[in-house]
Amino acid sequence: MAKIAPSNQSIVVRFAGDSGDGVQLLGSQFAESTALTGADFATFPDYPAEIRAPVGTTFGVSAFQINLGARRVSTAGDQPDVLIAFNPAALKVNLPSLNKGALILLNTDTFNARNFAKAHIDEDPRATGELADFQVVEIAMSTQTFEAVKHVGLSKSDAEQSKNFWALGAVLWMFGRKRKPIEDWARKKFAKKPPEILAGNLAALNAGHAYAETAELSAEIPQFVVGEAPMDEGDYRSITGAEALSLGLAAAGELADRQVIFCSYPITPASPILHHLSRMGELGVATFQAEDEIAACCAAIGASYGGAIGVTSSSGPGIALKTEAVGLAIAAELPLVIVNSQRGGPSTGLPTKTEQSDLYQAIYGRNADAPTPVIAASGPGDCFDAAIEATRIAIRHMTPVYLLTDGYIANASGPWALPNMEHYEPIAAAAPPAPSDDSNAKKRAIWNRDETSLGRPWVSPGMEGLAHRIGGLEKDIATGDISYDAENHQAMSELRAKKVEAVADFIPEQSVEQGAAHGPLAVVGWGSTHGAIWRAVNEAREQGYDVAQIHLRYLNPLPKNLGRLLGDYDKVLMLEMNMGQCATLLRDKLGVDLIQLNKVSGQPFKISEILDAIMANCPAKAKVTAAE
Amino acid sequence: MNKPLTAKDFATDQEVRWCPGCGDYAILKCVQKTLADVGADPDRTVFVSGIGCSSRFPYYVNAYGFHTIHGRAPSFATGLKLANPELDVWVVTGDGDGLSIGGNHLLHVLRRNVDVQIMLFNNEIYGLTKGQFSPTSRVGTRSPSTPTGSIDAPVFPCAFALGAGARFIARGVDTDVKKLSPVLQAAREFKGAAFVEIFQNCIVYNKDVFEGFTEKKHAAETQIHVEHGKPLLFANGTKGLRLNPQTLTLDVVEIEGENGGGAALSDIVVHDETNQALAQMLFAMPKGYPVPLGVIYRDPTPSYDGAFWDHHPSKGKRTANVADALRRGSVWHKYARDH
Repeated sequence: MAKIAPSNQSIVVRFAGDSGDGVQLLGSQFAESTALTGADFATFPDYPAEIRAPVGTTFGVSAFQINLGARRVSTAGDQPDVLIAFNPAALKVNLPSLNKGALILLNTDTFNARNFAKAHIDEDPRATGELADFQVVEIAMSTQTFEAVKHVGLSKSDAEQSKNFWALGAVLWMFGRKRKPIEDWARKKFAKKPPEILAGNLAALNAGHAYAETAELSAEIPQFVVGEAPMDEGDYRSITGAEALSLGLAAAGELADRQVIFCSYPITPASPILHHLSRMGELGVATFQAEDEIAACCAAIGASYGGAIGVTSSSGPGIALKTEAVGLAIAAELPLVIVNSQRGGPSTGLPTKTEQSDLYQAIYGRNADAPTPVIAASGPGDCFDAAIEATRIAIRHMTPVYLLTDGYIANASGPWALPNMEHYEPIAAAAPPAPSDDSNAKKRAIWNRDETSLGRPWVSPGMEGLAHRIGGLEKDIATGDISYDAENHQAMSELRAKKVEAVADFIPEQSVEQGAAHGPLAVVGWGSTHGAIWRAVNEAREQGYDVAQIHLRYLNPLPKNLGRLLGDYDKVLMLEMNMGQCATLLRDKLGVDLIQLNKVSGQPFKISEILDAIMANCPAKAKVTAAE
Repeated sequence: MNKPLTAKDFATDQEVRWCPGCGDYAILKCVQKTLADVGADPDRTVFVSGIGCSSRFPYYVNAYGFHTIHGRAPSFATGLKLANPELDVWVVTGDGDGLSIGGNHLLHVLRRNVDVQIMLFNNEIYGLTKGQFSPTSRVGTRSPSTPTGSIDAPVFPCAFALGAGARFIARGVDTDVKKLSPVLQAAREFKGAAFVEIFQNCIVYNKDVFEGFTEKKHAAETQIHVEHGKPLLFANGTKGLRLNPQTLTLDVVEIEGENGGGAALSDIVVHDETNQALAQMLFAMPKGYPVPLGVIYRDPTPSYDGAFWDHHPSKGKRTANVADALRRGSVWHKYARDH
């Protein structure tokens, strides 16, 4: 029985199991398959901090969620409509968030006393009635997989590992998908493994597909038809934030015609950027895995000093360690891009969970008055443009720039319209001065800053006739010589502030993404909350609420028109995944009155949460009339 | 053709601000002389330092210079060498900067073998912060922070470097320009991390701490200048170092005179600068033994910055473009339709 998803809705599918069950691979391949159908989608991998947590436990549950639809899909979805649970723990953890009436596929081979005990389940949930609101399909997936791969001669553990392919096969049938692209991918993926691994996985894939199609249970397993989503014509691919950000840094290198040297130290959830870039050598990128966070930042600054684009990357605790070095880059007026894949904190906090934790750290977190520009990416594909923009600002103004992303964006994926590289302006620093034998003239030329950007010429060792000394001691504003002069320090402090303010002259004015530029309510967000806010505002508007969406990319400096714009709404609802960092900033910088909606649960906002807040703050009389 | 540069040409217009009588003056002169002697190009020479008295060094050398943050100079130098491996990079550090706050980075720049020269000015004290004991201070050092004497066991810079996997380890004395200059030249020629410990006299906070072996009139007895392929002799050839096979340490022995007695010259260990075990024994010689100076260990291996780009898939060239890279993986075309 085929269920056709209405074009104005989407379907949320969640795969959940032990961290060793291959759930992430299963989910990402289902996403790839979804991409080929032309549906829009968004994914959310949700995995535990432990690499292989004890089998069967609730804290070891790894999940992958995808929202797909024949309409614009802006988040991975609030409530799953389909859950594939590989063990009782996965069922227990995910049950509370399921949509009423959701379809649940259970691997019954794991539903035994031992696993109930591990998941602290007193009674088999199939017997208690707690699944009454759902459509439950029980399948002995492990047994089915063993049977399917028996002929291949795999070990018991390898055979067990194939059950994610079995489940993938079943889900492909449910969504009417072709198996061929997955088979092609598997051939490449397992090319270097013993041939029985590929054979086993393909046998499992086919068996799962056949089971769903032909088994007597097929009447129970519904099929879903999801049509194509309306998107602009063009070429698309699926991309995660980490990959888009990496490609964006490579693109920035290309636009500046300089080598990108990416210096980093492994940390969750930032490491995927290091992994992607280490495979982009041909694009003019080199990666250096340093001994620690501090060394990574210092090496990046050293690389910038040497004329390359120095980039460092980490997550909150690692960024904290880099802080002193960032101050040096500010003092020495060297470009540097600092990517912060934010995660829950403080301290080690929630390494695998998302949070907009570090806006304060990026804007204020240094000794002395040490301003830097800060920008944030709003979604996986946007990471590409954000990386180019961060690099452009760093080089134009000769300053460190913080680029904020987070664990959600880094790992989430969705369709991305391929950008046209010809539409990007080249990136250039102020040209180095001519060599000079006159020591004073030379010094003044090296520190002769551009009048509008206040960026100085990028002079690197090796350039003839321009040898000079730089450092972290306060320097004379004109000659760069060490200066302890009181007036000079005042002037330099003002210069550093003005330089960051000058960025506002180069960035676009703040736009309104949905709704009018004035009215009863604007919802303001920044970073990865974009998708959830977009959907919530869209739904509210469809229901007749006159609400607008404003999403910030530039956090320091703020766009020049932002204060005026926000002043034209009766109420401004500031929404962020922290205790109110951007709200503090906007109150301070713009003097606006804000209502806050803050969430720090390690999970992205649900659309329903935002919708509730909109309805609570948007009076009914302000509903949009049908004519609009 | 420009006329060759002199030591003076490597001085800057900045007023040198070390205490009168500081050993750093002698080292600065020695470096400026060495740069002139080897015909260094100021535009391709970079001095990178951390924080401390010694780290003011770059301001006084007419070349490129970067005075960075405490302990991290090796990391800046590493990034700089990756960006431009053709530069001649010198790291200037001290016992506090290099072995306390920056110990980790010193370890890694040495084991990676980045092609830089590291001059560690060891004066066994914190100078810039006014006299606290340092990680190389001897046990019992009285200082503002240890009024009853320090209890920390010191780190030995050369032994540390050897343990870290350094491939070039040398030693010199600040005021002995004649001996120090050739050591610095050798360090500069070495392709890899060249570690040079320089005994530097802090005239204000740790005056004459090395006097026991640096004093010229006793130097013959208290110093041993090692040379590759030559027997380890000192005291004008009257004493030497002999291997004690029982303890695997070096013994000081008298060389047999005309009247017999003492050890035969053939018993004296011949210095082999590629022998790590010998270097270890030389660094482990306790108080009362001569202090080994000169190039003690040198065993080249490919430098990190060289290997970094050799190993790079396109050798540091941009051989592909992003527009094509965007299309790697599965790309689909979406046709316009009514919506």
